Amino acid sequence: MILAFDTLLFLEKFILIVVVILAALGIALYTTFAERKVAGIIQDRRGPNRAGPFGLLQPLADGIKMIMKEEIIPLTSNKWLFILGPNLAMITAMMTSAVIPWGNKVELFGRVIDLQIADINIGVLYIFGVVSMGVYGIMIGGWASNNKFSLLAAIRGASQIISYELAMGLSLIALLMYTGSLSMKTIVEQQMSTGVWNFFVQPLGFLLFIVCAFAECNRTPFDLPEAENELNFGYHQEYSSMKLGFYLFAEYINMIISSAVMATLYFGGYDIPFVNEAALSASWGVNIVAVLGTLTLLAKIVFFLFVFMWVRWTIPRFRYDQLMDLGWKKMIPLALINMLITGAVILWLNK
Amino acid sequence: MQALTNRVKVLEQKPMTLLERMYLPNIAKGMAITFGHMFKKRPTINYPEQKRPFSPVFRGLHILNRDEEGKERCTACGLCAVACPAEAITMEAAERKTDEEHLYREEKYAARYEINMLRCIFCGLCEEACPKDAIYLTETFAPANYTRQSFIYGKPDLLIPDPKTQPDAFAQAQGKLEAHKANMKAKNEQ
Ligand code: SF4
Ligand code: SF4
Repeated sequence: MILAFDTLLFLEKFILIVVVILAALGIALYTTFAERKVAGIIQDRRGPNRAGPFGLLQPLADGIKMIMKEEIIPLTSNKWLFILGPNLAMITAMMTSAVIPWGNKVELFGRVIDLQIADINIGVLYIFGVVSMGVYGIMIGGWASNNKFSLLAAIRGASQIISYELAMGLSLIALLMYTGSLSMKTIVEQQMSTGVWNFFVQPLGFLLFIVCAFAECNRTPFDLPEAENELNFGYHQEYSSMKLGFYLFAEYINMIISSAVMATLYFGGYDIPFVNEAALSASWGVNIVAVLGTLTLLAKIVFFLFVFMWVRWTIPRFRYDQLMDLGWKKMIPLALINMLITGAVILWLNK
Repeated sequence: MQALTNRVKVLEQKPMTLLERMYLPNIAKGMAITFGHMFKKRPTINYPEQKRPFSPVFRGLHILNRDEEGKERCTACGLCAVACPAEAITMEAAERKTDEEHLYREEKYAARYEINMLRCIFCGLCEEACPKDAIYLTETFAPANYTRQSFIYGKPDLLIPDPKTQPDAFAQAQGKLEAHKANMKAKNEQ
C-alpha cells in the first residue's frame, strides 16, 4: 500500500509547528520578564526597567548573557547524560504543544486549516505521557551532575511529580467521564456548543488540577527540586550557560503549556465568552473569528500565567513531608471522591 | 525543669484546625494581600535620574577649601590628622617660597595631602578640628572603583576649584551654582 503523501498538508503542519514553537519561545522569553515585573510590583518595587523602554529589552539582555557565559561540563559528570538532561527537558516541554487546539479552522488559499498540530483522539493521554517524560530531564540532569545536591533535588523532583501526577490523572478522569472524549478539540467544541465551561461542572476537579499543575511545573509552593536554601540550586546547580538557560526556559514553557491545557480543558479553550461563534462566523467570516478565538485563548493563558506568578510571590515553599502528605493523603482521596461523585451523578442523570 | 527567670513563655503548639489544614482559605487571604500591594505607592525611586535629598548634616567626600583670592587655606598643621579616629589623613608640609604667595595663604602649606577614603568613616572630626576652615565634608560620596589605590584621594582630587579661574566650578563645589549663575546674570545685565 502506498501512503498518500499530502505535500500541502505537510507544509501547512510544518509552518504551524514553527509558528507555535517560535511563539512559545517568544512568550516564554517575555514570561521571564513578566515574572520579574510582577514580583517587583507585588513587592512594591519597580522591576526591571533599564533595558529599553519599560525594560522591554531585558529578556534579550538576559538571553545574550546566558549565551555568552562559559560552557562548563564538570569533569566527573557523565558527559552525554549531562548534555541530554536539559535537551530532554526542553524537548518534552515543547512536545506537549502539539495537541493543544490553538484556534478554530481558518480558510487560506482555498484550504481549510486546523489551528492544531495534531488532533489525535487521545490528546489528553498524550499530554500525560509527554509531561511525565519531563521528569527525566530533571532526573538525568541531576544524576549526571555527580553532585549530591543535584541528586537529592532530582530524587525530590521525581517523587514529587509522580505523586502529583496520580492526583492530576484522577481529577482528569472525572472530567473525561463528563466529556466522554480524550480529544482536546472535541472537548473545546463541546464547551462551545453547550456554552458551559467545564470549570462550572468540575470546580473541585479544576482546583485539584491546578494544584497538581503547580507541582508538575515545579513552581512555588512546590519548587522543592530547586529549593535554593536547602539544595543550593537544585538539579541545575552544575549547569551553566545555555544548558542552564534550557532548564530555566523549559520551566516557563511548561508553565505556558499547562496554562494552555487548563484553559482548554476547563475554560473553553478558544471559546469567546458570551459569543455565539457560529453566528459570528457567518457575518464576519471564519478567519476573523478564528483569530479572535486564538487571542481569547492567549488571554486565558496570560491570565493563568499571572496566577502562577501571583502564587509564587505569595506563598512560601512547603516542607517536603507536608508536600507528600498533601499529595497522597489529601489530593488523591479528594480526586477519588470527586471521581466517584461525578460518576454517580452521570449515572443518575442517564437513568 | 525549674525556670531561671519569670519571663519564660510557654509556646502552645495546637494542632492545625480543619480550615488551616485545607490551606486554601489562608492562601486566598495571602493572595488578596499581595494583590492589594500591586496598587500601593512604591517607595522605590529611579535612582540615577531621581535622587533623594540629603539631610543638611550629611557628611560626604572632603574638600580642601580656598579663600576668596583662590589661595589654599590649609597650613599643614596636622590637627585634622590627629583628630581623625580612623587615621585616614596623611600629609607632608612644605615652606612657602616668596613667589608662591598667591598660591598659599600661610607660610607653611601641605605639599602632599592624602585621605584614604576606604579608612575614613566620614565622622567629620577633621572638619571640626581644623583651625583654618580648610577642610569640609561635602554632599557627595566616593564613587565605586576597582582598585584600592584609587580610593586614596590626593590634593588634586580634594582641592576645591579656584574661584578666580573657574568660578562656575567653584560655585558648584560649594553647592551654590544656581545662586552664582543668577548673580552673574544680574551682573552682565547691568
Ligand atoms: S571624616 Fe573623620 S575619619 Fe574621615 S578623615 Fe575626617 S576625621 Fe578622619
Ligand atoms: S586641613 Fe586644617 S587641620 Fe588639617 S592640616 Fe590643614 S589646616 Fe591643619
